Amino acid sequence: MNRSLILGCLLSALFILAALVSFVWTPFDAEALNIPVRLKGPNNTNLLGTDHFGRDILSLLMVGARTSIAVALVAVGIGMGLGVPLGLWAAARRGSLIDEVIMRGNDLVFAFPSLVIAILITAVFGAGAINAIIAIGIFNIPVFARITRGAALSLWEREFILAARVAGKSAARISFEHILPNVTNLLIVQGTIQFSLGILAEAGLSYVGLGAQPPTPSWGRMLADAQTMVSIAPHMALMPGFAIILTVLGLNLMGDGLRDLLDPRLRRMRT
Amino acid sequence: MLMLRYTLKRLLSLVISLAVASVVIFTVIEVAPGDPASFMLGMNAQPETLAALRTELGLDTSKPERYFSWVAGMLSGDFGTSYTYRTPVADMVQQRMWVSLPLALYALTLSTLIAFPAGIYAASRRGRAGDVGVMGATQLGVAIPNFWFAMMLVLLFSIKLRWFAAGGFVGWDKGLFAGLHSLTLPAIALALPQAAILARVMRSALLDVLGEDFMRTARAKGLTARQALWRHGLRNAMIPVLTIIGLQFSFLLAGGIIIEQVFYLPGLGRLIFQSISARDLIVVESVTMLLVFAVIFVNFTVDLAYAAVDPRLRARA
Repeated sequence: MNRSLILGCLLSALFILAALVSFVWTPFDAEALNIPVRLKGPNNTNLLGTDHFGRDILSLLMVGARTSIAVALVAVGIGMGLGVPLGLWAAARRGSLIDEVIMRGNDLVFAFPSLVIAILITAVFGAGAINAIIAIGIFNIPVFARITRGAALSLWEREFILAARVAGKSAARISFEHILPNVTNLLIVQGTIQFSLGILAEAGLSYVGLGAQPPTPSWGRMLADAQTMVSIAPHMALMPGFAIILTVLGLNLMGDGLRDLLDPRLRRMRT
Repeated sequence: MLMLRYTLKRLLSLVISLAVASVVIFTVIEVAPGDPASFMLGMNAQPETLAALRTELGLDTSKPERYFSWVAGMLSGDFGTSYTYRTPVADMVQQRMWVSLPLALYALTLSTLIAFPAGIYAASRRGRAGDVGVMGATQLGVAIPNFWFAMMLVLLFSIKLRWFAAGGFVGWDKGLFAGLHSLTLPAIALALPQAAILARVMRSALLDVLGEDFMRTARAKGLTARQALWRHGLRNAMIPVLTIIGLQFSFLLAGGIIIEQVFYLPGLGRLIFQSISARDLIVVESVTMLLVFAVIFVNFTVDLAYAAVDPRLRARA
């Protein structure tokens, strides 16, 4: 086991745990306004301080983690759900028109400045978590399609696939029964990375007011609220920032560690 | 001959990409709820005034007609007229471009200046403390949201130390230095995560090259490790690095949007935001198309630059 994987798993677990615990318990009611204790720095009662409405920042962060997870998870789901079948299809029909169409379509989505389009989508269809998910999810599709196709192409050359073809299995059955299980590792690693990118993207969209809407707490919105207060209550900006950084760092370390662990080629290079 | 064929092929895919992109953007804007004319005139507008304005804005023609007149206009440099400001979008874009473009270039320069030494250093110290340190720093750099980093820069350098203004742009007429000075914090905020990515790419590209036979040959003919790295290693490691630099430039141009919000910079990104909230859709439509064009065009140029440098790419295509 390598150290970055352990650290990554710990940080990610902490983040997921915080979100799960928030369903049954938070130190304070995350939405309860308590003006007398507004803008308090970290102290014994409010471990991470309070915001401009006197809300407990730790509680807000815990509930906000739910928003981040929900948005990033569904966005990765969209990317995998559409991208993986497309990638498998393109690989199964390599060199054909459909392969060309899928890959050029991928290039096109890649060429779009994702942030601009995400902003366009959320602006036109209304700001909100659902539209943020769709906007982020669309840009996950080509990532998964490309990585699946790349891995599947080399698998199609292998003998066990040839055996399956000789046995009379259709390309679709081979793709799902033999190719897919062999690219799962790769998809897990990429999924982790896209998940962390999704969290960053959600924070960015919420920060400019196009993500989750009030009263749903979200880390990006907490930062937006903090911006005008940054000189009098820096902790309001610091705490959500640290939450984002630690989470993204944890997921990235976990992704890197998993790649090393799951890819025997890399493991051999190490030793 | 090969180069010409390659260029034509890339050019064709450039045109197709742009055509598809323009249809997508037009469709998204078209299905947007809300009629710009009634939005501009308010709830109590007279039906006749509304109809007159709709004719003026060209909203009473059919969709395909509007699409083609929009595209034809863009091709001849006419980006339409802003609903709210009543000025040509092209003029607004030109004005804002003088903020967004220098900002992107500034950030790219910073990112390259940080990433190259960091990546080269890490590669030459592979597996040792220096490498681990640099790689750890890049992990952190990738995880930091740039708009949060921007707020921290403002907190430290504007509020505490008072070295820079917290936002706004003084304008180039105050001189080059003053202009660059007011773009410095935004450029740093934009450059940091990019530098982290670029340093990682630089390191891994160099490590790939260092394992090549020609590097062993270079060492065998008597070059020191350092000489071999500078003379043969770097040049061959540049291909992946250049790709990323190209991608980063287009990212910085379009990705400055949020940073422009943080610093209240009058760039293209803020223009998009202001237009969205004013439902000035023609501005949103044209500026988005322009940004997409910039990104696709930069990628096209990078592809051609490769093919010019590396003959193998021409042959493969």
